[in-house]
Amino acid sequence: MITSRTWILAAILLLLAAVPPVAALLQQPFYLDLLRRVMIFAIAAISLNLILGYGGMVSFGHAAYLGIGAYAVGVLAHHGIDNGWLQWGLAIGASAVVAAAIGSISVRTSGIYFIMITLAFTQMLYYLGVSIEEYGGDDGMRLKIRSQFSGLIDLNDPTAFYYLVFGILVLFLYLTHRLVNSRFGMVLQAVRSNEARTRAIGFSPYPYRLATFIISGAMCGLAGALLANQTAFLTPEFMNWTRSGELMFMVILGGIASTAGPLLGAAALLLLEDALQGWSVLPKWVHEHWQLYLGVILVLVVLFARRGLAGLLPGRERND
Amino acid sequence: MNLVLVAEQTLNGLQLGVMLFLLAAGLTLVFGIMNLVNLAHGALYMVGAYLAAYFYEATGSFALGVVLGLAGTLVVGIAVELVALRTLYERDHLDQVLATFGLILFFNELIAILWGRAAIYSTIPAYLSGHVQITDNLRYPLYRLVIIGVGLAVAVLLWFVVSRTRLGMLIRAGASNRAMVAALGVDIRLLYTIVFGFGAALAGLAGLLAGPIFSVQPGMGELILIQVFVVIVIGGIGSIRGAFAGALIVGMVDTLGRAFLKPVLSAVISPTAGDAAGPALASMLIYLLMAVVLAFRPEGLFPSRGS
Repeated sequence: MITSRTWILAAILLLLAAVPPVAALLQQPFYLDLLRRVMIFAIAAISLNLILGYGGMVSFGHAAYLGIGAYAVGVLAHHGIDNGWLQWGLAIGASAVVAAAIGSISVRTSGIYFIMITLAFTQMLYYLGVSIEEYGGDDGMRLKIRSQFSGLIDLNDPTAFYYLVFGILVLFLYLTHRLVNSRFGMVLQAVRSNEARTRAIGFSPYPYRLATFIISGAMCGLAGALLANQTAFLTPEFMNWTRSGELMFMVILGGIASTAGPLLGAAALLLLEDALQGWSVLPKWVHEHWQLYLGVILVLVVLFARRGLAGLLPGRERND
Repeated sequence: MNLVLVAEQTLNGLQLGVMLFLLAAGLTLVFGIMNLVNLAHGALYMVGAYLAAYFYEATGSFALGVVLGLAGTLVVGIAVELVALRTLYERDHLDQVLATFGLILFFNELIAILWGRAAIYSTIPAYLSGHVQITDNLRYPLYRLVIIGVGLAVAVLLWFVVSRTRLGMLIRAGASNRAMVAALGVDIRLLYTIVFGFGAALAGLAGLLAGPIFSVQPGMGELILIQVFVVIVIGGIGSIRGAFAGALIVGMVDTLGRAFLKPVLSAVISPTAGDAAGPALASMLIYLLMAVVLAFRPEGLFPSRGS
């Protein structure tokens, strides 16, 4: 079924695909960098939307997997292993394992306890990152060589890297769409709407929730590996709890439990941050204290725009 | 490792514990009664520290600084409740987390505009500085003993207010069944504002006590806030008793862990293991504790009755 929303999402993706040639034409390579960053965070936000939006699990620790993915790349590179397949494979695998460990405890809880326990686990990983001197401790470390894919794709080429990130984004959009509309996804959303009734018709919520938690962590781990390559630098700050808050805000801003929402939210937040910090049309006092305005905007969005940006789009999401 | 050091670190742990309790008491009441997750509680702690330091310098009197700082935080807290938080009570936790996250950004930046980003250091007045000779070879700073005393006094006062006064009765009733309290003719909105202001003042008190020991800077609230969340979850959300027990446990575990985990690991396993794992494990210890508590007692150690 092709709805007007699908068309809008397709239009956004076409626009994103057109960025590299346009940026080259305007000689503004900066935008390539900015939008690549947007797409990487969109991938992370898509993974969070899976548990937060469709699963109803408010994870306040999703930045953990960004960190694990980034450290998987950084640590292997530190020991001289530049093979991207290994690095990214480890990023996904390690994130899945950690998500399984965190999930097996936290998925048993709900509500405020779930928020707090996911936060606590991410803090543990954050302090672990801070205290390992071998990998730079507090200061983090530089990624000397980007992931190598045996000549298949060169991440030092900004355009090639851009299209790789774009490809992963489209793939993840498709995968989540298929996942949430599958039988598995239906059970997951049923648990979110009414756990007691879902139990009554014979489904045990725990394995469904845990599996989603692990899938989501693994997806975000790949975003972390991409982010490490994007910045060529990694610090424990990737796992800071404010980062988890930003990811949550992207999902909410874009529109919770919608396909295009996380992409819209990531774009809106990062472009807004960029605008407040750097756009010359805004006066200097905005640039200096941009977080003040971001904070106010955040509060206003939560108070007044309850369905996010995707809620402004015409048509209805099938999963509403 | 000698006994004096252990005693000194225990007192340090107690001091951190009562500080955490001052923050946790307000936060747990707001959780328990309004069902509000308030990440911006740490911002009120910061506001208290800054206002007290500012008034102390402006008036030259520490006592006046404390009183004005407390009053100022109370006013800021009530203003925040009236402007932003009041509409959030009926929303889900997700909206609350995000809106108060926005408030944190706002307050940190506002403080940076008013007082700059660099840490400021407030001093201890002469009559509170110096050391107290506790035993023959244990001297302990007077100011830290004062913090412990104030914290314990507040704990007793809170116990009295909550369990022996009419206001406390309403607070307990509000925690167990909001709708019923409102139906009985109590102005629940006013009660909420009072409780929130009360919690804000306690956070401000913690902040202004902390001023002379920790550095006062934007973002200071978030560092301690996450520990306060650990306290509340361990103690049981909405329970003052739990907040007190949780605060002392977390204060002790954190302080003693940082002081002794490294030497103990070095002695028991090997010096290299102690050096490598000691500091990392020490900073993770309270989160590990929280995970264990949640895994075995998901409601915390002292769950509040009713809700």
